[in-house]
Order: sequence, then structure tokens, then C-alpha cells
Amino acid sequence: MAIDNNQLLRFTTAGSVDDGKSTLIGRLLYDSKSIFEDQLTAVENTSKKKGHDNIDLAMFTDGLKEEREQGITIDVAYRYFTTPKRKFIIADTPGHIQYTRNMITGASTANAAIILVDARHGVIEQTKRHSYIASLLQIPHLIVCINKMDLVNYDESVYDDIVDQYENLSSKLVIQDITYIPISALHGDNVVNRSENMEWYKGAALLYTLETLHISNDLNKIDARFPVQTVIRPQREGFIDYRGYAGRIASGVFRKGDSVVALPSGFSSKIKSINTFDQEFDEAYVPMSVSITLEDDIDVSRGDMIVRTNNRPETSQEFDVMLCWMSSKASQPRAKYTVCHTENLQKAMIKNVLYKVDINTYDRIKDQETFEMNDIGRVTIRTTKPLMIDSYGTNRTTGSIILIDDNTNETVAAGMIV
Amino acid sequence: MSKYYLNYLDELESEAIYILREVWAQFQNPVILFSGGKDSILVTHLAKKAFYPSKIPFPLMHVDTGHNFPETIQFRDDLIKELGVQLIVGSVQESIDNGRVAEEKGKNATRNALQITTLLDAIESNKVDCAIGGGRRDEEKARAKERFFSHRDDFGQWDPKNQRPELWNLLNGKHFEGEHFRAFPISNWTEMDVWNYIKREDIKIPSLYLAHQREVVWRNDSWIPVSEHLKLEENEKIETKKIRFRTLGDITITGGIESEADTLEKIAIEVAAMRMTERGNRSDDKRSETAMEDRKKQGYF
Repeated sequence: MAIDNNQLLRFTTAGSVDDGKSTLIGRLLYDSKSIFEDQLTAVENTSKKKGHDNIDLAMFTDGLKEEREQGITIDVAYRYFTTPKRKFIIADTPGHIQYTRNMITGASTANAAIILVDARHGVIEQTKRHSYIASLLQIPHLIVCINKMDLVNYDESVYDDIVDQYENLSSKLVIQDITYIPISALHGDNVVNRSENMEWYKGAALLYTLETLHISNDLNKIDARFPVQTVIRPQREGFIDYRGYAGRIASGVFRKGDSVVALPSGFSSKIKSINTFDQEFDEAYVPMSVSITLEDDIDVSRGDMIVRTNNRPETSQEFDVMLCWMSSKASQPRAKYTVCHTENLQKAMIKNVLYKVDINTYDRIKDQETFEMNDIGRVTIRTTKPLMIDSYGTNRTTGSIILIDDNTNETVAAGMIV
Repeated sequence: MSKYYLNYLDELESEAIYILREVWAQFQNPVILFSGGKDSILVTHLAKKAFYPSKIPFPLMHVDTGHNFPETIQFRDDLIKELGVQLIVGSVQESIDNGRVAEEKGKNATRNALQITTLLDAIESNKVDCAIGGGRRDEEKARAKERFFSHRDDFGQWDPKNQRPELWNLLNGKHFEGEHFRAFPISNWTEMDVWNYIKREDIKIPSLYLAHQREVVWRNDSWIPVSEHLKLEENEKIETKKIRFRTLGDITITGGIESEADTLEKIAIEVAAMRMTERGNRSDDKRSETAMEDRKKQGYF
């Protein structure tokens, strides 16, 4: 069956309503025939009611009543489409309200980000913000779509200028892979089908680019990390002595017979078996959900991490993170929170604010004490017990944290371990 | 096994198992909301995988409208027996008898909205702190905004504009007494994915999903099954058609489609060629443009 080899690609879109982001997504869904007739009829009816001549593609992505009424996107919405080559999940993030919070949310699991640039305006402040976040979250692939080419007569020199501007900008950021595509989302040029209006562009259309991005290496296959979610002890016939550590492999590959240690205890053992349901594996890799049993009866519980003896994460109670504040309630100096890291919850304190970042200019602002909604900066965090951490740059799963406010139980911040 | 990447069905499965295990670890008293439909059957199957060789460590909860397909109830009872898990039933009929809700009146009356009260009552009386549902983001526009872990206040209400951000795989299920969560392990699955997976895993589903001969009436652009609850209107006539159901809800509102797909293989092919969403045959969603959003805010599935 063909789907045996089909991968899942998650991407996020950044851009404001004016950049034609919703129109682009609508176009992708429409031209890839992922929109159903009843959805089309509903949008046609609403378009007519609003007095539009053509169907408004942007409406396919509006979810909530207020969003449709105001023509804005409030919250991250997820869209799905499948081509014969891949399944896609789009995290459609709003352009205006709480853009940082929402874009970070959408970007946190993305393989790729599409950054929209209006061909008439080129690289603007907003492009800088979106690019900074893409870089901060280390999204492996960036696709810069220069949109509204129809409004600049499909002019190659306009495109070249913007590519130059962006190359300049991106040299200040950490971005591994950038692709540029001139498009018109409204008319469909270079979205699903190659444009006849831009013969000078020799690259692929957006959909083909998404279908062929090399994503197998986006996950860390080197450092074996297995955070334990729960312990399975069936206590039933045939499995009396079974003690399985259930979890999702965060990175790397585990094999039967591997010498491992359980952290933080440091007890060592060997992997006896790896299974999912009744299927046994000789090896298992990120991001498989499995149960692992060990040769020795050592104490392992939720929040512990099984790793290979000769490749361990750092065990630390104090570390620096790039923090993004996501709550309307500002942080207080030396405030206490619960930090959530893999399956671990610990009391923690923001010990020190090193600097905040102006994401429009990329300047560092020193002598700051509090974080407000959408602020990003570097802080030192101290926890009551050690966490098993890697840097976010090498490991998105063991390098990320969230902070929870104990008074409200809200998630107030996201952090990437430096 | 040497390519070291998963195909998308395996990745979706792994994600769902991860979420189910997080529910188990973070909550005291979770249940699976079981309707007898394919999505809740799928969630139950994934839970079986997640905790193997243990049994599913929490009960199934069924909100029974009293307007069921008999096949659904039979299927439910067989599955409960096979899995050896507990079943909790919340009865809409009881809610009506106790005066908690009043039956809708008129031609298109259904018990769909009445379920909200019964569901919330059952959650409260069983001290459920997390109800696992088979909701999928591709089903309906309001559901596209759901989190994996979705907070409900102490009135069971959803506040879609003020949701906790959900980053990476870090799920925050912290809550106060009286509040609860809904968890959606198959959020990222589409109808096509569900059928491909059911076919691959050979999961048992109610025969209603397969094309069969049935007495039906043409109403609201779909084939409504004849049952004791159906009141025939003037000009409506009973016909026998080969139909199947794409979703299973109340027998009074779930329309079938004419189909020849009587095997899982044929269903997958049919779904791939479909040009209507599966909820297009659900009259509960057709009441207004925001029918689902309005119900969800109040505490619907």
C-alpha cells in the first residue's frame, strides 16, 4: 500500500490577513481538492451575502462565529489535506491578535514555516518578527512566499529585490533551509500549479516544494532519550512479572540489549524488550510510543528518563532558557511557577532576567525584570529538583519547557533551553 | 525497519497513544466517551494498545439518548464484555423523567441538545475529571480550534477564545476541583485516516457503516432510517434502499447515503472520492452556521 511510505508534514503559516495568508491556505485546500461541496456551498452563500463577486477563499479557514463576523483569526486552527505523496497538517496562526503567542504555539511542532511577504511592500517589520520566531523555534525549513505578484505585474526584479532583502535579514538568524517562491494566492500562481505568468521562475510550485522537503532528518536520531509517562503493571495471568515503562521516544533509537541508565537515580540495566501492544520490536525510534522492559528490577517512575549509558543529557537545577511570555498577567521578579519538562513537574523560580529581545530590531534590552504578554528574552530558571535536559538546538523535546501559574493553572510561558 | 521514520498512520497512532497515557497519568478519574460510532471505537482500540498488556484502566461512558440504533447498543455491550471494562450509562430519558430537561417539540425535534445536560450530570456524579472524546479537528469548523487537552469550567463550559496554549508535546491538565478536561487523542486524524486505520488494524465496527438494505425516508436531503421514533410527514414515503451511515448519532437525525460499499476496502475507496463532509448528513449541524460551536460552548462532546 502506498501510504506505507507517506510521511506527515506539519507546517505553519505566518503573515497577516493583508498578506493573503488565509487566501493562500484556501487556495491550497481548494486546488488540491481538499474542500468538500457542502463547505464550498456554505462559503459561496456567505460570500454572496457579503456582496463578494467571487468566492472568498479566506473563509475556508475561519472557525469561530466572531472570526467570521470580524474577518479575523483569533486562535490557532488546524487544517488537514492529503496528496498522493504526503499528509499535511497546517497550523493556521492569526496575524494580528496575540500573534507571538499563537505563532510560537503553531511553530513548536512544525517541520516547516511559510512566511508570506507582500510583493508590494517587501520585507517589513512583521516579516522580521515572524522570521525571528521561526528562528527561535528552530523550524527546520522555511519557505518565503512572495505573494501578490499579480499586483506587481509578475515582475522578476521585484522578486529578486525581496529575495535580497530577506537574505540580508536571515543572515542574522539561525535558519537551516530557505526556499523562495513568487506566488499569487488569489489567482493560484505557483501555489498548486506552476504559473504561466512567471516563466522566469525556474523553481517548483509551493505544493510540490512541501511534498518533497526532506523531513526525515528533522528529528534527532542520535541521542536516545525515553521519558517515562507511566508504568504498566498488568498483574494478570501471563504477565505477573511484567513491568513496562510506557512512553514516547523523544529522540534517538533504542535497541533490545542496549545498556541503559534510569535518570535521575542513575541505576543501570539492559533493555529486555520493546513493544507496542502485542508487537515486539528489536529497535524503536523517535517518535514511537512503546513500552520498554528492563532486565533488572530497578525503581523507575513517571518523570524519570531512560537513556543510553554512554550518551546522557545534562542533569541540572539551574539553566538558561529563551522565554516567551504568553499570559496577560505579567511575571513578577523572582516569581515562582511550576515548570513542566517532558513528564516532569517541578516548582521553579525565574531567578534572573538576562535580557529581553526587541523582535523588530533584534536588539537586546538589558535591565528588565518582568515579562509581559508576547515578550521574549533570556532568563535563568532554578528548579527545586534536577531536570534531565538537552539544549533546544539539539533536542526539541528534552529542550523545551512550559511554565504554569499555580494560582490559575494557566500555561503562562514557553521556554527553549539554551 | 531501517528507514527510521514513521508513515503518517503510525505517527498518528503514536501521538494518540501518547495522549491517552498522559490522560491516565495526569487525571484521577478519566472515562472514554463512547457513542458506538467509529471515532469512539477507534479511541477505545487505541486505549487497548496504549496500556497493553493491562486492560484499559478506565471506564467507558455512554450518553444514551434512548433513540439508538439497536445495532449500536448490541455492539457496545459486546465490546464491553470483550475488553472487560466498566460501562457507565448516562440516560437522557432519566434526565427527562427527572425534569432536568424538556423534550423538544415540533417536526425536527431531537434529543441531541438534551445530551449536554445528561453528559454534564454524569460527569459530575461520577466525579470524572477527564472525558476522552473521539472529536476530530477536520470534522467541523469549531472543532478545528480544539486542543488535545481542552479545559471546561465548573459549569462544563468551553471558552474557545481563552484556551491554554499547547506547545510541543507538553500537555497541561492542571485544574481546580469541579472543573474537568476533555481530551481528544485523535484530533489530527481525518475521516480518511480513520478508515485507513480501521482497515489496516481490522477493527470491528457496527454493521451500520457497511452498505445494507434498510427502510428509509427521504428528509433534509438524506435517507433517515425508519424507527419507532420516526413520525412520518405527509408526502413522505417509506422506501427500501441500499444505504450506509457515515456517522452514527441518534437514529432520528442520522441520515444514510446510498452506497454499494459493503466492505472496509470499498468504504475507503468511497470516502476518498467523497465530495461532502461526513457531518453533511447530520441535521443537528444544519440548524445554523454555528450550531456546533454553540453546543460545544455549553459542554457538548
